Amino acid sequence: MTQGAGAMIHGAKDGLEPRQGPLSAVLPAEPATAARRRVRVDYVARVEGEAALDLEIEDGKLTRLVLDIFEPPRFFQAFLKGRHFTEVPEITSRICGICPVAHQLTAIQALEAALGVTVPEPVRVLRHLLAISQILQSHVLHIYMLALPDFLGYESVLAMAQDHAEVVNRALHMKRLGNDFTEFVGGRAVHPVTAVIGGFTRWPDPAEAAAMRRRLEASWDDLLATARLVQGLSRPAHLPPPQAYEMAALRAEQGYAIQEGRWHSTGGLDTAPADYRQHVEEHHVPPSHALHSRIRGRGPFIVGPLARLNLNRDRLNAWGQAMLDECGLQLPSQDMFDSIKARVVELGQLIRDALDLLAEFPAPPRPVPVPVRAGEGAAITEAPRGSLYHAYAVNARGFIEKADIVAPTSHNAASMEQELRDSAPALVNLPDEEIRRISEMMIRNYDPCFSCSVHCVKVRIRRHSARER
Amino acid sequence: MSTPVARPRVAVFKFSSCAGCQLQILNIEDQLLAVVGAVDFAYFVMAKRENVPGPYDLGFVEGAITSTEEVKKIKQVRGQVRKLVALGSCACFGGLPSLKNSRTQREVEAEVYEHPGAICSIPAAGIDRYVPVDGLLRGCPIDTDELLELVKAELLGITPSLRTHSVCMECKLQENPCLFQTRGEVCLGPVTSAGCGARCPSNGRACHGCRGPSDDPNARSLAQAMWEAGLTREEIYRRFQLYAGDTQAFQEGGRLP
Repeated sequence: MTQGAGAMIHGAKDGLEPRQGPLSAVLPAEPATAARRRVRVDYVARVEGEAALDLEIEDGKLTRLVLDIFEPPRFFQAFLKGRHFTEVPEITSRICGICPVAHQLTAIQALEAALGVTVPEPVRVLRHLLAISQILQSHVLHIYMLALPDFLGYESVLAMAQDHAEVVNRALHMKRLGNDFTEFVGGRAVHPVTAVIGGFTRWPDPAEAAAMRRRLEASWDDLLATARLVQGLSRPAHLPPPQAYEMAALRAEQGYAIQEGRWHSTGGLDTAPADYRQHVEEHHVPPSHALHSRIRGRGPFIVGPLARLNLNRDRLNAWGQAMLDECGLQLPSQDMFDSIKARVVELGQLIRDALDLLAEFPAPPRPVPVPVRAGEGAAITEAPRGSLYHAYAVNARGFIEKADIVAPTSHNAASMEQELRDSAPALVNLPDEEIRRISEMMIRNYDPCFSCSVHCVKVRIRRHSARER
Repeated sequence: MSTPVARPRVAVFKFSSCAGCQLQILNIEDQLLAVVGAVDFAYFVMAKRENVPGPYDLGFVEGAITSTEEVKKIKQVRGQVRKLVALGSCACFGGLPSLKNSRTQREVEAEVYEHPGAICSIPAAGIDRYVPVDGLLRGCPIDTDELLELVKAELLGITPSLRTHSVCMECKLQENPCLFQTRGEVCLGPVTSAGCGARCPSNGRACHGCRGPSDDPNARSLAQAMWEAGLTREEIYRRFQLYAGDTQAFQEGGRLP
């Protein structure tokens, strides 16, 4: 069904014609031979944004695999040039409707580095809370609405409502908590408005903070139920054991880093955000509209909740540890099918962190002066989907000369494709629909956000064989 | 879940956008199951895997049109839906992606991609440039109360009550002190369509016009006030350009005589 609906939209009729547009330019003409088949997902469902997956199988071997992210480019990095620095957090928030806070705060921190602005501790606390709220909302969306239906055998969370009313109601309740938390700090759930360079335009009052803290504290039972729900979920039996990929995430002097710290990897990387470009390079791989990242001299790498936990497992607090135990997640883990459990662990970890921050909710600090001056600055934060990099050069009049933004899904795109390629030999003899289903799950493990990376995913399977003709 | 009449078939399509307005559909947590009981989400790729081909009764389109492929796609969508609603400011006016329109496409592409030849992009526009549109849900993002109002009105067969007077009226109802008059912060509230409850001014920051022009706006007069407040022509142009720069009303504001 996904295929048929995608075809309506994208011009391909039955999965046997390449869609129009950039892809058709690079696809060779299709000689249909007896041993050759092509499997595709036209429009990967339940992810944020638009992408397709094309697999070609010849004599039972994978001959071609393309993850085509056809999400149309919106050219943020181009139109940021010449805008005033004060506009940048508001503009970059619109890169992504799911993680606007991450883009907003990373832009703010990069620009503050460029302008030499240091914000007082209470501002850092409120930003930490805002970032946590976003991860809660995004993780609940991913766990329950995007990933869980696969594991339980439903096409969507909406379809689960009749058989699993309790689960769906819990999902909506937890999601509401995340959104209300974001609104409490940011003034609005999607594209919040209060965070600006130097601080906040509105400071929540202590009574609001206390009320939010009570609601977060009361989420323990929902967390526990979520952990028990994902506890039995595991890697499909068809797949080979997971490969070891390099994983990268922030790590700080203390605590579970999401806003500040140095960027570490399981391969030994340890760098300040300002030196990111010495270590990471990007390539544009047509037909995809997303850019692929690599660690220089090594190769693809993975960012996200599993990477964060692998690199910060000594930093778990009581709720994080309790969720880890309840999920039965073993760290370190290389298995991207553990990502859903990693998200549950992070829910516990971050809610506990938020409770501590809210217990000593700070009074609003005095406003910090923001000078207009030339400078360059960079920041890395942990968006829900992994490390997010922003860097800017500002001129003496306060206008942006250069903008460099690398989203988590760009960091993951090459690994995502590599993992699909590595797993393909185990999948090629399965029926089309099964290949599609497992491939889509593998893609969803990364919780890809193609709006971000181009600024969705569909999997196409093409089979050419005597049996089908 | 037996319903006396067939549930209207609803489709949600994504064009060039951030997915935030689609997310707002899922963000009606407390009413989502009631809505799912009243309408049939037949096509909604971000939320479901089994998506059924048209025709549909009601189509929501998120995002701006930014490529020739999308021009074809929006015409196909129009042919599949009885009523078409632009979901959010990108679909209504081109939105924030239309910021790129002030530079040449080649220049913009070369800025981001190694192989710009593979990218087929055109100036960003609202969907009404290419197809007739039956309704607008403004905002960046859309307001969930307005979404529910539109869905309820559609189910009842009446006209939804969407307020298109200026944000200033809602701001006064919130009893906010005027940011322009008391703090000298340049605000687009006087010319921007209401419906957000004056969200930004209520949170201590000026309106940046994300909902596009209100009914009968006097953007020229506001531009004059900005000029008197000491803004340069370029700064005034930028203020009007951000979310609905290609609308006639905001263009008039951006062109100070």
